[in-house]
Amino acid sequence: MTEISPADVAVPVVLRVNGTDHRVSAEPRRTLADTLREECGLTGTHLGCEHGVCGACTVLLDGEPVRSCLLFAVQAQGAEIRTVEGLAGDDGTLHPLQEAFWRHHGLQCGFCTPGFLMLSTGVLETRPDIGDDELREALSSNLCRCTGYQTIVEAVRSVRDAAGA
Amino acid sequence: MSWVGRSIRRVEDPTLLRGVGMFVGDIGGAAAVRFVRSPVASGLIGAVRGPAYTIEDLDADGVGNIEAVLHRPDYVRLAQPLLARERVRYVGEPVAVVVGDTAAEAEDLAEQVELDIEPGPAAVGIDGALAPGAPLVHPDESDSNVMVAGEMATPGLAEALDRAHAVVDLETVSGRQAALPLEARGSHAVTERFGGRTTLHASIQAPHMVRTVICDLLGMPEADLRVVAPDVGGAFGQKLPLAREDAIVVWLSRRLGRPVAWIEDRSENLMASWHSREQRYRLRGGFDAGAHLEALQADVVANVGAWPCYPITWGVEPLMALAELPGPYTPEHYGVRSRGVASHTCPMSPYRGVSRPAITLALERLMDIAAARLGIDPVEIRRRNLQSEFPHTSPTGLRHDEGTYREAMEMAVRHVDLGAFRSRQQTARAAGGSQPGIGICTFSERTGYGTPAFAARAMGVTPGYENVELSMDPSGYVTARIGASPHGQGLETALSQIVADEVGTDPGRVRVVASDTDRTPYGWGSFASRAMVLAGGATYLAAQQLATQLGSVAAEVLEAAADDIFLADGRATVAGTSVGVEIAELARIAHHHTQRLPDGAAPGLSAQAGYDPAGTFSNACHVAEVEVDPDTGGVSVRRFVVVEDAGRLINPMIADGQIRGGVAQGIANALLEEVVYDEDGNILTTSLMDYLPPTVAEIPDIEIMHLETLSDATVTGAKGLGEGGTIGAPAAVLNAVNDALAHLGVELNEMPATPERVREAVRTATGTPAG
Ligand code: FES
Ligand code: FES
Repeated sequence: MTEISPADVAVPVVLRVNGTDHRVSAEPRRTLADTLREECGLTGTHLGCEHGVCGACTVLLDGEPVRSCLLFAVQAQGAEIRTVEGLAGDDGTLHPLQEAFWRHHGLQCGFCTPGFLMLSTGVLETRPDIGDDELREALSSNLCRCTGYQTIVEAVRSVRDAAGA
Repeated sequence: MSWVGRSIRRVEDPTLLRGVGMFVGDIGGAAAVRFVRSPVASGLIGAVRGPAYTIEDLDADGVGNIEAVLHRPDYVRLAQPLLARERVRYVGEPVAVVVGDTAAEAEDLAEQVELDIEPGPAAVGIDGALAPGAPLVHPDESDSNVMVAGEMATPGLAEALDRAHAVVDLETVSGRQAALPLEARGSHAVTERFGGRTTLHASIQAPHMVRTVICDLLGMPEADLRVVAPDVGGAFGQKLPLAREDAIVVWLSRRLGRPVAWIEDRSENLMASWHSREQRYRLRGGFDAGAHLEALQADVVANVGAWPCYPITWGVEPLMALAELPGPYTPEHYGVRSRGVASHTCPMSPYRGVSRPAITLALERLMDIAAARLGIDPVEIRRRNLQSEFPHTSPTGLRHDEGTYREAMEMAVRHVDLGAFRSRQQTARAAGGSQPGIGICTFSERTGYGTPAFAARAMGVTPGYENVELSMDPSGYVTARIGASPHGQGLETALSQIVADEVGTDPGRVRVVASDTDRTPYGWGSFASRAMVLAGGATYLAAQQLATQLGSVAAEVLEAAADDIFLADGRATVAGTSVGVEIAELARIAHHHTQRLPDGAAPGLSAQAGYDPAGTFSNACHVAEVEVDPDTGGVSVRRFVVVEDAGRLINPMIADGQIRGGVAQGIANALLEEVVYDEDGNILTTSLMDYLPPTVAEIPDIEIMHLETLSDATVTGAKGLGEGGTIGAPAAVLNAVNDALAHLGVELNEMPATPERVREAVRTATGTPAG
């Protein structure tokens, strides 16, 4: 008989994701990423390492890019969470960053894409006139194995420039 | 206007951008499978206790062994069980498997499993595995660790080396790498309660092949298994071979009658998925007084790990080196011994470029060293040695179709302005501190491997051809069902461009169906830079047939001669007139008013074509500019130029994306990534904290230029380029690092050129003690 620790007992959690409340139950040890994917059905948030390096799981928590594999769901209660599924408009219009990634070929397999989209959304919303070097540095927190990054940087820069124009 | 040649946006993207793609881990609704893996590199299994399935359960069900075969006398044949039997041979080898309701429960169950393993000695690196008395990886099947050994020499090699004006000896080493797709592997199987048919979704590159081998292993008809590769988050070769885990997932779903899924975690992926690249080359090059490489002799050893991979086998790396080593050069005399040596380490599978990054490193270092020895410029020595008459037949009998080896190099060096660089370099040398260096790499990329190329390898299974089925439905949309299995390359978009041109429609009216054995013709999936050539060629041929069918329906409707009909912009028009009809209307007629079809015409609109060429060679020149800090050993890549000739580009944007991604992986190979084992075979790089893929900070913008040689080796003129980036970049970077430190007498021929290795090389060259 294994001992049941409090971390294994599911508790009710309310997560506000993309403007909608999700009432779910999650064990205190459950990560935000797993909860979003499995309880909220939002599988656009991907898991590439589950140890905080790759950034595929990046979501916005009150506007800040965070790695949802490193947070527990219970820690995200009361915060505004935004995921890739919330980027397009209600009528389905793609977000300018989604458009730019498409136009600039900023994705190949697309596995890293939700993380990069959320990271760059967070970056451009908080620092709309971020310089080129700082932008590269900000984007260096996520990994992409397919593109070699250049087209991702170009995509994000184009949105920054269009907004500043 | 033609669609081919245009950088249209990819049809694949909107779903992925919205986060509604379906990767294996997104399917859900399944019990969680977890593997219990060996904690030691080598040992005898005593007992396995706990709530797990073992090889005994597989044996009881009559599950077979994997046999990856090459029909060669120098190849050791093995039967590989799906779970370790009696012995473990590498850290991470699956020994047992548990099933839990949730991933957390499966993890807990796995922890309860006790493995009694009596550890034994391990053979780890190349030297360890080749040493006399080395621990044997497969003692019952072989009395040495050499699992495959190819050898050849042209007559007169020794004499040619004897009479050479200059002989250059060189040893190059390529460290072990992991392909590291951002999505690790995974599989999900459901067996229908009624009828018992199983559907496997797996993150793989070759669904039809996987269906065949799993059905062979489990003794079931292929009709009873559907294999689907949903969205695949990168693969690069790591998802080409059969994963033992995937076969077990199918077995479990059938045995338990419940959906089960295995989602590999990153540490499993780094430890127990496939590795690649660990190779050592000893070259001897004999140059004549004109600096022409007359004779090339090589001894190649590839560490191939503990087990072969199916169906490629563990001959793939050493034997590719044997066959392709002369590369773009023209030595008249060539001799080689190439061995695959087993070790108590993770098995190897081909990773983008396979042996060619290491082959190219060896050859391109040879050229630079010879140039320095003979007192000529690295550009000049290549000018004198690159192929320039076509077709060129290599000493191993490979036929190189036309290429632009020299032109690509000249274009690249003009673009970087070598003269200006050299004067900057002079200034920096005088000033001390960080040193700039420039490195050139020219290479050929053999692509479009069809059956003839694979048949030459004498594999137990001969991959090759691709089939495409094309149909136009009554709405006028075209569906292309392909045997290839794209996973991020943009093949759907490129094929839709080919179809659109041939049948006179818009790519938006073409749907490509791939990666599902129920919905596609048998094919070999996507690997080895072959999909654009093979699936593209088959699509082109099928589309021509479809166009002929449309033309004959149009001829009947328009009362014109079929030869006078041309298809464009959604209409069939009689040449020289404005008389025409919408293609969509022809599609209706072909399905719904077949009484109007020409006599004897089959109803509907559909075509099928296969394509199976002998293969072709793309070529490219890469130039890297680096800056090296001799004190810290740090290297940064400042500039990277690619001149690529991959024949006709179907979609230049997609082609450039393939090059950029490949170059980034190549830079990583040259400077950053290395799988490391300690001498007992414990793997030290099992997280992304220890295994270091590049971020945007390490990858410069890549300047790309194209040449387009239209060879008749392929029907579309496209040559394929999926691997070129990874093939050329490592050597370009290593040459640049050596160039940067040339004034110190440094010679560094091992990659990755980590700061430690660079510093070590500087210390060796300058005689300064460690400090
Ligand atoms: S999955 Fe969260 S950082 Fe990699
Ligand atoms: S597009 Fe594949 S990992 Fe970024």
